[in-house]
Amino acid sequence: MPEPAICTQNLTRDFDTVRAVDNLSLEIPQGIIFGFLGPNGSGKTTTIRLLLGLLEPTGGRAEVLGCDVRTQSGAIRERTGALLEQVGLYERLSAEDNLEFFGRVYRLSKDERRDRINELLTRLGLIDRRKEMVRDWSRGMKQKLAVARALLHRPQLIFLDEPTAGLDPIAAASLRDDLKTLAKREGVTVFMNTHNLPEAEKLCDRVGVIREGRLLAVDHPDRLRAKNGGPKVDIFGQGFNEHVLTLLRMQPAVSSIETQNGHLSIHLNEETDVAPLINLMVGAGVQVEEIRKGKTSLDEVFLTLMEEVK
Amino acid sequence: MIADIRTILWKEWKDVLTQGGPRAKWYPLVFLAIFCVFMPLQTGSAWVETPVSLGFYVMIPIILVVTWVADSFAGERERGTLETLLATRLSDRAILFGKIAAVAGFAWGMTLAAFFTGLVAVNIAHWTGQIVLYKPSIALGCVGLSFLAATLSANAGILVSLRAATVRQAQQTLGLAVFAVAWIPILGINLIPDAWKAYLAELLKSGDFTLVVLIVVTSLLILDIVLLGAAIARFQRTRLILD
Repeated sequence: MPEPAICTQNLTRDFDTVRAVDNLSLEIPQGIIFGFLGPNGSGKTTTIRLLLGLLEPTGGRAEVLGCDVRTQSGAIRERTGALLEQVGLYERLSAEDNLEFFGRVYRLSKDERRDRINELLTRLGLIDRRKEMVRDWSRGMKQKLAVARALLHRPQLIFLDEPTAGLDPIAAASLRDDLKTLAKREGVTVFMNTHNLPEAEKLCDRVGVIREGRLLAVDHPDRLRAKNGGPKVDIFGQGFNEHVLTLLRMQPAVSSIETQNGHLSIHLNEETDVAPLINLMVGAGVQVEEIRKGKTSLDEVFLTLMEEVK
Repeated sequence: MIADIRTILWKEWKDVLTQGGPRAKWYPLVFLAIFCVFMPLQTGSAWVETPVSLGFYVMIPIILVVTWVADSFAGERERGTLETLLATRLSDRAILFGKIAAVAGFAWGMTLAAFFTGLVAVNIAHWTGQIVLYKPSIALGCVGLSFLAATLSANAGILVSLRAATVRQAQQTLGLAVFAVAWIPILGINLIPDAWKAYLAELLKSGDFTLVVLIVVTSLLILDIVLLGAAIARFQRTRLILD
């Protein structure tokens, strides 16, 4: 069994009066996109800094690609790429020179640098503007360039700290697509901090939810939804009286019911045929106008977990 | 590590040459024309035959370093590139030495260019039928002292830039430091005992120029080592991240 890309045990980091990361134990297998979800100030960025060896842990231990973060941080940085909180591009240099610099940093040969820069800039649609100074670029283009920089030396693992933060929806979607395609193509493990839940839902094979430094849950988004919400059906119509709600609550397939904005949300215990439930409601006098089957969104799961902690 | 230092050098020089747009490439030539042709022409052959140029070749690297060095770490911090740089495979020493070498190398290189430009200017303007050269002691003093002045001011500047939150703050601190360097000796001479003053006057009058230069070189070298040590001690990834 291949070693995990990241393995932490009770990883802890204290600042003066704050415990930023609190006994974090996590195992992330290689080759997946891992989403680290949490509100602002929950310890996501500190975790990346700890994993990159940029900060010393106060307690616990962590290994990245088999290297200890305390004693082998140089080896970790050699084999990883990063797009941190700030985009970290040299604005007075051209896009090509930015990548050239990082290619030299990672000791790619001249030919390798040229080919790799051309390949990445082409894939990201930036090749025609490679000679332009980065300061003249839009934020979306800079983020794409920073992704190219993180992948330039073909690292085994990349850290992305809120890569789509501050981007308009179109630029964010474009970056997400590129990110997903490149990550799969390169077979790289991705550790991505985000508080954008739809983004995590679209991109991630596994997500961890963190709040106040503590890991609340970690699983595949679908399983997390199943554990904390599962499938649901939204019914629009009229006649959702107390009698109907009581009848529905008695059904074994039904986990919970809520009415909001004139429609009824029925949370189910498992994927099940909803026709009998609809027949039951119609029989009880409900006028059904529209039925939408769906899953509890990660947003809802996230909010549920946050509420549980409170 | 040498390759990594060269990489930092490449980036720093590229960055500084593009800082002021396409015109920036001409700034060094303007500098050479004004300070390294005009001054020697005004002074004539004394420029190469007497120690008059020595002070000038010590001041050039200091001025050049001070105009640039504030940006080295404080600029990276201000523009949000420092953390990304620290997240690369480059070692602490490679980053630090690369930054110092970039600033000091540029300043010393420009000083050497000025040194040779001045020589050419004096020979062309004051041609006496044979080539006039610097006296060996003056040449050695200029080359050696300018190198030490460049590295000393680069080490001091890097230390200031490492601690400063912004480029502006670093510039202000360096401005005060230069002011102190310029005025403390003047004030200091007035404060030292008369016997010391007499000894110094005697030393200068005796014309033992080599001894004076040796004393200055040794002092600069010791200061250089102390400042480099301080910069190495100050440069810690964790500390820089938390700053």
